[in-house]
This record gives sequence, structure tokens and C-alpha cells, in this order.
Amino acid sequence: MDALMELLKVFVTGGLICVIGQILLDTTNLTAPRILVIYVVAGGLLTALGWYQPIVDFGGSGATVPLTGFGYTLVKGALEGLKKEGILGVITGGLKSSAAGISVALVFGYIIALIFNPKAKD
Amino acid sequence: MKFQKYANSFKDRPKYVSNCIKAFVAGGIICLIGHFIKDGFLSIGMNQETAGTWATVVLVCTAQLLTGFGVYDILGKLGGAGCSVPITGFANSVVAPAMEYKREGPVLGVGSKIFSLAGPVILLGLATSWAVGLIKWVLQIIF
Repeated sequence: MDALMELLKVFVTGGLICVIGQILLDTTNLTAPRILVIYVVAGGLLTALGWYQPIVDFGGSGATVPLTGFGYTLVKGALEGLKKEGILGVITGGLKSSAAGISVALVFGYIIALIFNPKAKD
Repeated sequence: MKFQKYANSFKDRPKYVSNCIKAFVAGGIICLIGHFIKDGFLSIGMNQETAGTWATVVLVCTAQLLTGFGVYDILGKLGGAGCSVPITGFANSVVAPAMEYKREGPVLGVGSKIFSLAGPVILLGLATSWAVGLIKWVLQIIF
């Protein structure tokens, strides 16, 4: 029962974060790329205010998989860096904590883009 | 202005409610998949952080492969923001423009278009993390 509850929390948290994006997409002139940027920055700012950690504690992957989670990882990294190495940690911390995701998205993405051709649009 | 109004009257109004339901379900499912992948890595003895990072890696690779096969576009049409807001949507929009610019060559075509979305997302995210870190640093000095 507990496991099922956990899955429900992940589903609802992730779902709601995506619904906010859908509402922005339908009611404003914002395009999808702009929404992704807004999500990363918003996730970072919410983390700074201490409001995103409770969402992560509640929803787990439901909060870390959406792009707000990327902003969360970046800011968390910078703040951990500040603790360990001071201002140099702020400079390096964000990229350090998100290095895996960024590296894979870029390099694996490059390989895929070289191998595959775009499908014809209907 | 009059023309704009006239032109807008021909635009389809978005179906707000059904779009939101689709986004909710699609986004929820993608997050659940991420959860299951992370659980898998946890069960082989990884700690929370490593398992989470591996889950991100698997999600990104899978989404980019699906983009290559043209499957993610179809999912994107079904799920709307539910497919574009998760990290898989980010992975998709890193590859998609790069594929389109193949004829411009592997360096200046694919190589630069890979950054057309990744650039602003990573840059502004990083800038936010700097800003937050710097403000915290200044506050620490003052108080």
C-alpha cells in the first residue's frame, strides 16, 4: 500500500508540473523552448527559496524528472559548492552536479543526429 | 487590428481541458518511468544520488533514440507539454533541430544546432545557479 501511495505521489506531482506547462502553452504566446527555459530558471529560484526541496521530498522523480528538477540540481550544486570551496564552488558547482545529464544530452544527441535522418512531416 | 481579430477567428481554439488531461497523464507516466528506472538502480545497491543520475542518463538516451526513430514526435503530439516539459522533452529538442540541419555539415550544421535549445536552457540555468550562489555568499559575509 505504501509503495502504491509513493507511485501515486510521483504520478500526480509530475502530472501537475506538466499541466502548468500546458496551461502556459495554451493561454500565452510562449513557445515550448521558452517554457523549458522558464522551467529551469523557476526550478532554480524555487530551490533557492527552499520551496522546491519539499516538493522533491514529496514527489520524488515526479519533481526531479520535469525540467524544474534540472534547475533544482544546478542550484543545489552551486550551494553545495559554496559550502565546500567558497566562491569557486559557486562557479563550478552547478555544472558539476548536472554534468551527467548535460554531457549525455549533448554527445549522445550529436551521435543520434548524425545517424538518423528527420522523418518527413505530413 | 481589425484584420488580426478576423484572422484569429479562423484559428482553432485550444481544447484547454482535454489538453491538460493529456499533459497530466503523459507527464505523470514519464515521471513514473523515471521512478522505476531509479528504483532499478537503487535495488542493485546504488545510493540515491547515483541512482538518480543514472536514471537521468537512461531517460535522455531513450528519448533521443526515440527521436531518431521519429517516435517521440508522435508521443509529443499525444501528450503536449506532458512530453515536452520532462527531461525527455529537453533531450528531444536537443536532437530534433540538429537532425534538420544535417546538410549544413557535421560541424557547423549538426554541431551548432545541437545547442539551439540546449544553449539557452543550460546557460540560463547556470546563470541562475551563479546568481543564487553569489547572493548566498554575500548574505553570509554580511550576517
